[in-house]
Amino acid sequence: MKTFLTSILTEADYQPVRLLSLLRKIQSQYQHIPMEAIGILADALHIPRTQIIGVVEFYSFLHLTPQGRYDILISDSITDHMLDKENLLGYLSSVLKVNVGEVRADGLVSLNNTSCTGMCDQGPAGLVNGLPLTRLDRPRIDEIAALIEQQQAVSDWPGYLFAVSDNIHKAGLLLNTPIEKGTAIKSAFNRGLPATLQELDRSGLRGRGGAGFNTATKWRFCAEETAAQHYVVCNADEGEPGTFKDRVLLNSHADQVFEGMTLAAAIIGAKQGFLYLRGEYLHLYDKLQAVLQQRRADGLLGDNILELGLDFDIEICLGAGAYICGEESALIESLEGKPGIPRNRPPYPVTSGYLNQPTVVNNVETFLAAAKIAIQGGDWFAGFGTEKSAGSKILSICGDCAQPGIYEYPFGISIEQILADCGASDVLGVQIGGPSGTFISNKEFKRQLAFEDLATGGSFIVFNNSRNVLEIVQNFTHFFAHESCGFCTPCRVGTSLLKKQLDKIVDGHGSSGDVVELESLCQLVKSHSHCGLGQTAANPILTTLQRYPDLYAKRLKTIRYEPGFDLDGALEIARRMAHRNDAGAHLSQVED
Amino acid sequence: MTGTINIDGQNIPFEEGQTIIEAATAAGVYIPHLCHQPGYTPHGSCKLCTVKVNGRNCSACTFPAADGQTVINNSAEQELDRRRITQMLFVEGNHFCPSCEKSGNCQLQGVAYHLNMLDNHYPHFFENREMDASHPDILIDHNRCIFCNLCVRASQQKDGKNVFGIAGRGINKRLIVNSPSGQLKDSDIDINDSAVHICPTGALLIKRTGYQVPIGQRIYDHKHISEVALAQENDNGQD
Repeated sequence: MKTFLTSILTEADYQPVRLLSLLRKIQSQYQHIPMEAIGILADALHIPRTQIIGVVEFYSFLHLTPQGRYDILISDSITDHMLDKENLLGYLSSVLKVNVGEVRADGLVSLNNTSCTGMCDQGPAGLVNGLPLTRLDRPRIDEIAALIEQQQAVSDWPGYLFAVSDNIHKAGLLLNTPIEKGTAIKSAFNRGLPATLQELDRSGLRGRGGAGFNTATKWRFCAEETAAQHYVVCNADEGEPGTFKDRVLLNSHADQVFEGMTLAAAIIGAKQGFLYLRGEYLHLYDKLQAVLQQRRADGLLGDNILELGLDFDIEICLGAGAYICGEESALIESLEGKPGIPRNRPPYPVTSGYLNQPTVVNNVETFLAAAKIAIQGGDWFAGFGTEKSAGSKILSICGDCAQPGIYEYPFGISIEQILADCGASDVLGVQIGGPSGTFISNKEFKRQLAFEDLATGGSFIVFNNSRNVLEIVQNFTHFFAHESCGFCTPCRVGTSLLKKQLDKIVDGHGSSGDVVELESLCQLVKSHSHCGLGQTAANPILTTLQRYPDLYAKRLKTIRYEPGFDLDGALEIARRMAHRNDAGAHLSQVED
Repeated sequence: MTGTINIDGQNIPFEEGQTIIEAATAAGVYIPHLCHQPGYTPHGSCKLCTVKVNGRNCSACTFPAADGQTVINNSAEQELDRRRITQMLFVEGNHFCPSCEKSGNCQLQGVAYHLNMLDNHYPHFFENREMDASHPDILIDHNRCIFCNLCVRASQQKDGKNVFGIAGRGINKRLIVNSPSGQLKDSDIDINDSAVHICPTGALLIKRTGYQVPIGQRIYDHKHISEVALAQENDNGQD
């Protein structure tokens, strides 16, 4: 172990900020993070072992106890459920002879659920040793089980098991005509960097991650900070269930994204950039490294880029299974080798980000758009979309539609039009912006996709009339409770209480008072949580309570109060011990 | 730069760099809090000190005071929200005040008194949390930890050590100890460390001191936490 650790530590230059990548390597070598390794790392990096354990326990893909040599995780996104995920998981569990959440006695295989893997257009999906398994069905599961029993190396498995399609069905102003390598940088320097920033301002581009902050303003704030270093970070941690557009952009348009980052670096004066790639997209890692390498060879990264006097390079950092790391300050913490806990603000990352230096963090799509704007100018971009939402939006559409995949529209497009294009019929409602966004009913399809009306980071999930709204809400609410970082009380405890309270109602143990309580808990979690996760975790409940109060009411008992536990069920052990099962050994839940 | 903020109708001066809670404390205005202590990096996790600043909820312990701010600290709505947040802390762990030796000296309990908390309101989690009684002089009862991070900060910032850390995610958070065995006895903690004395609940206790002052004669048995906090924290602030 010592030799292995020394080699990866040397590769990481003994930098504590690289802790997460070191732990990923140890996990893949030993299927867990052994205590011995923690001791060695703590000494070598001069950090407390508590920090290392804190990181291991924070990220879903890292473990203190050994996982199977074939570690299988099945995506628990609502769209996977709609594609029969639960039955397939049960089948997988039976053919592999391992319970969900456990490691098989021989240590060969482990099986568990994981949050959305970003393959909602080709699910049911999963991961084996970090690599994506798409379009799972029984024949594929049989094949996978056989490969595991034969102990075939994952690298030798047939490629089609791992095939990931782009599924671009509608290309708009960004996807239609990708830029030529280097042209955005050249245009920016030809025009002059301050003038290019003005063009960006004129374009009206707002961040594509969902929050929609003006991009030029962010870059200007960062550029105006005097500091030893500035950094550019590309947030490729799209973890919102139903979102997968960044996966496609990085797979097919990585050069343009990197060029957008280089442009930002030139404007804010950064020498170093990071692509924070979600752990679920491990399959893109080598390909993206190759793109970076090619750009270095082409003089588009490194020292004196295109002989314009610009020095800039990009490093890729992989996440390890934590939705919260999509929050920009949590992402920065993660980049620094720590648990992804959102920071207090102010200060904002533009003044104090990575290593407390001014940092621009933008979404993949934002950099893609910025590169194009640098060439075409601001007016070109502002000519599309609406007054407050310039340009286009790239959507990932999945759920009940004939053609799930990627669609690009100018802002202002109606929901109706999108549904027609993707082949959705008999629609009950649409989840816009993922679980943290809004659930709209089929009476609202005239509404528009725009910051003025329905904002979105890209997730668009269609549900038809065969779907159960409460099951959807349950899936989303469990997701947030699972992904809460646990830093602040209202989110840590509140999301778990929301889960309990919703389950009580959905499972038929609720009474009218429980809905009132659920709603007030939603408001508390929403208004008092530290970051966006907690502030939006109650949205699935709130938006559906508003639209479908009758669906909740139907689940309620008519009595005023219903306990949350099964009184008679709780006596089962006592009955078994007393060898009794007569009427006197049973209690009714409430007196009639 | 100095200036004035207005808290519940009262104009309060502040100095450059002060947070809202610092300005309030200096002016004798109590804002309930658990994870905040003067002299330590603000944490902002317990959220009890949430105040409305120009209409928006902010943590008073981390939010900088700025000239002309209108701050609402006391309203019926806020008192209810703070009570609910405190109740969340009570149901998350296992807090049995009558049998806890910290009773009467416990800030969590003191805040609950202050907020007129009469029940736990929410369903209990009944988490099975263990105790670490391995150290000869110091005890950790994980049942009472509220993840305020004060022992972590005190150990790093005052004691120059790294005895504690918080690990886990979401509701599975836990306090961990920096030693090869994970036990307190194998760490470099000392009974005189600030970290040992800072716990606002009964999670970190010093052995054999529990009943030296009888229950009924302890701090919050007689004094309101607002009074105690303002007196102590102003003293500390002048260090």
